[in-house]
Amino acid sequence: MNKDFTLDVNGKQHKVNVDPDMPLLYALRDDLGLNNPHFGCGLAQCGACTVHLDGQPIRSCVTPVSDAAGRKVVTLAGLGTPEKPHPLQTAYVEEQVPQCGYCINGWIMTAAALLAEKKKPSEAEIKQALEGLKCRCGTHMGILRAVKRAATMMG
Amino acid sequence: MTKFEKPSAFSRRALLKGAGALVVSVGSPLGLDALLAIDKAYAQGAKPPLMPDQLSSYIAINADGTVSAFFGKMDMGHGLFVAIGQMVAEELDVPFKAVTVFMGDTATSVNQGGASGSTGIQFGGKQMRMAAAEARRVLVEMAAEKLATPADQLIVVDGVVSAAFNRDKRVSYAELIGGKYFNVQLDWNKQWGNPLYAPGKAQPKKASEYKIVGQPIKRADVAPKVFCSEDFCTDVKVPGMAHGRVIRPKVAGAVPVKVDESSIKDIPGVKVIWQKDFLGLIAEKEWDAIRAADKLKVEWSAATPTFPATADIYDHIRKAPVRKRSEEGKPSGNVDDAMRGAARVVEAEYEWPFQSHASMGPACALVEIRGDQATCWTGSQKSHFVRDGVADMLGLPPDNVRAIWAPGPGAYGRNDAGDAAMDAAVLAKATGRPVRLQYTREQGTGWDPKGPASIHRARAAIDASGNVIAYDFLSKGFSRIDVLMNESKAADTLAGHLLGAALKVNDGFGVPAEVYEFANKRTTWETIAPLLERASPLRSAHLRDPVGPQIHFASESFMDEVAHAVGADPVEFRLRHLKAPRDIAVIKAAAERHKWQTRTSPRKDQTGNTVSGRGIAYSQRNGTVCAVVAEVDVDRASGKIWARKFTVAHDCGQIINPDGLVKCIEGNVIQGISRTLWEEVTFDNKAVTSVDWLTYPILDITETPETIDVVLLNRPDAAPTGAGEPSIRPMAAAIANAIFDATGVRIRRVPFSPDRVKAALS
Repeated sequence: MNKDFTLDVNGKQHKVNVDPDMPLLYALRDDLGLNNPHFGCGLAQCGACTVHLDGQPIRSCVTPVSDAAGRKVVTLAGLGTPEKPHPLQTAYVEEQVPQCGYCINGWIMTAAALLAEKKKPSEAEIKQALEGLKCRCGTHMGILRAVKRAATMMG
Repeated sequence: MTKFEKPSAFSRRALLKGAGALVVSVGSPLGLDALLAIDKAYAQGAKPPLMPDQLSSYIAINADGTVSAFFGKMDMGHGLFVAIGQMVAEELDVPFKAVTVFMGDTATSVNQGGASGSTGIQFGGKQMRMAAAEARRVLVEMAAEKLATPADQLIVVDGVVSAAFNRDKRVSYAELIGGKYFNVQLDWNKQWGNPLYAPGKAQPKKASEYKIVGQPIKRADVAPKVFCSEDFCTDVKVPGMAHGRVIRPKVAGAVPVKVDESSIKDIPGVKVIWQKDFLGLIAEKEWDAIRAADKLKVEWSAATPTFPATADIYDHIRKAPVRKRSEEGKPSGNVDDAMRGAARVVEAEYEWPFQSHASMGPACALVEIRGDQATCWTGSQKSHFVRDGVADMLGLPPDNVRAIWAPGPGAYGRNDAGDAAMDAAVLAKATGRPVRLQYTREQGTGWDPKGPASIHRARAAIDASGNVIAYDFLSKGFSRIDVLMNESKAADTLAGHLLGAALKVNDGFGVPAEVYEFANKRTTWETIAPLLERASPLRSAHLRDPVGPQIHFASESFMDEVAHAVGADPVEFRLRHLKAPRDIAVIKAAAERHKWQTRTSPRKDQTGNTVSGRGIAYSQRNGTVCAVVAEVDVDRASGKIWARKFTVAHDCGQIINPDGLVKCIEGNVIQGISRTLWEEVTFDNKAVTSVDWLTYPILDITETPETIDVVLLNRPDAAPTGAGEPSIRPMAAAIANAIFDATGVRIRRVPFSPDRVKAALS
């Protein structure tokens, strides 16, 4: 049975009428028309669907809409804009990280949460924070370069 | 609203109109007088046919002076379009930023073969370069007439032609032809796809004149990706679109015999499509389609696929009848005689598993049918062949189908994208709705065409003085073209199989690509029949560097085994048997940069749990030569390998963009480590059991090497060759050789997972 929910996504309120068990990913993509969180596995194994829920990275492919209602959802599109980019977005461009680019939500949103909590993470801490995220094109070297660059930019 | 909701925005007409005021009624044919007046009819308002022998099929000068390049290949994430833009801008003498490369839309480009065999620059770029050079020649000739100055006294700077000795005498490309079409015939070789070549009369520039080619220009598509303004094919939406799903059996080969639609009656708006053995459905919302596909109660036929256990696949290959055998490469002497006369023979056998494309996202496609016209949005590497395949599936002439490529969720060969396009076409036809279909992860990893499993036997004859006098190499495995390299026929997709298309037998494998000079040498391949002919989750196909990693894992591991047998340093041994200068150069470059110390393997100076080693491997690939030195740490207790450092020397002829090239090589190295250390498709006697990231693990970020050091050997005067795949080819052997150097143990079966390494060490 569908229910009404109010979702706070990138600072805007949206009303949706959906199955409470439906993962947040489909509300974002289908009901709100946001393209940036991607479907990768539907199993919380890859990170392509990652968004922030109250500042924490979560896998929107397994998070029911009902859990997200009333909390702050931020997607990659809400993290920064070309005019006001998040340092990770700047670093991604500078380091030319992505290849196919389908995975970047997971890396950037997870790294953003890390850098919000820890100013100057060590390489080991960066790797640990990003453990389990997938990139099939093999841009691992670039990802690590970009996170380190962003950490430096953030002082 | 996405940009894909307005297909007209992509039309050549709209592109050509551009901004300026110089548009001459594009689309309506001009009278003969007017045509003649426009500089010898090089330019015209009517669109010439989209054929390979028309310059207009590749290059257009827009009204505002910008350049559109229409490319019949596409970028799978290496920034190919940047390199193509550089080549076009260079030949045309326009700023790089003036060029926009449009890729893979069958309405705007001819079939140049799609992303295929690392030929984006090698063949695709070559054609675009020749087309751009011809465009410049024609424009200069037009300018000569307009400026009443001989062509050889004209120069071009930033798209403006001027007299060399009077720069005020000038005319821009935009003034000459902006907004109109080139009407220039090229000398087409009548080939389609990769071999397509259609030069004009112009000669391209000399490398010494390059200003744009060779520069590390950055990709313009990274910012749109991180700011989410670029759509993937998964993001395309059209009005009236439904979401589709297909339902695959739990046992390979089983087909639906009873479908209980009442099992999903509580999910709104679902329509089940059951045609022959094809079972799918559509729903208004994606979540409903997913739920319905999950809940739909289906009775399947009893099926007993003859799949061996995963570990028994190599025995199966060994015993299976040979379906096709081919000796390839450059044979020399008489191997059998030399083997008989040898003082000793070194022999080894290597094994490589089925591997999955396991793209970041499962494939997605959208098909819209209107009357007798169809449009397919696809992430396939080969949209022109998707057009042909969808036409075949729908029974339409190919000209009635338009396939539009949009970036997909990763592609490394003949993956599940072709299947998705056909499944979407079947659902769209059956329902009369535009249907978007994205597979589940289980379908993406479990049912994609697989890189073939194989065994490789190598023998070397050594004489009494320790010289290698004969080399014999044989690969035996599943065909790399059991599923053909493109989806131009419905029969080469799962939907075609399920709808009863007649199947064809296609055999292909390969031989080592090296030029070791042994007096007696033979390289052979043999293929065997697939385990299941129709609708198999173990269909074998091209996966990044088709059969290259398998073959060169074996052949380059074996070179180290022979070096060991004759007491030689692995680098020195290779150089001893090579005469080709570029092959020698990459090996030397990699060894020098890595500070390779000449000695035999294994190391004998290590104690303790963690031991380190170094290994080299080299190979060619269609003109490109690559050598890799790997340095690994082996945790003896756990069997865990850390592939810690790589030095790659890479020679792909003329370098178009060194920045893109280095990142392309880094990706090859990382994926190469992953394929070597982790990847193996598993199955039981029912189905493929590696169906997600837990059961099909790939290299994790925590296992990233410390360093990937790339040495680019630029050869500006040599033709550019491929880079998308050559450097993944020697990776497995370089790692295997490093493990041997560290431990003295030779591992001959991929992947080198911790349990396997641990077992080998104990």
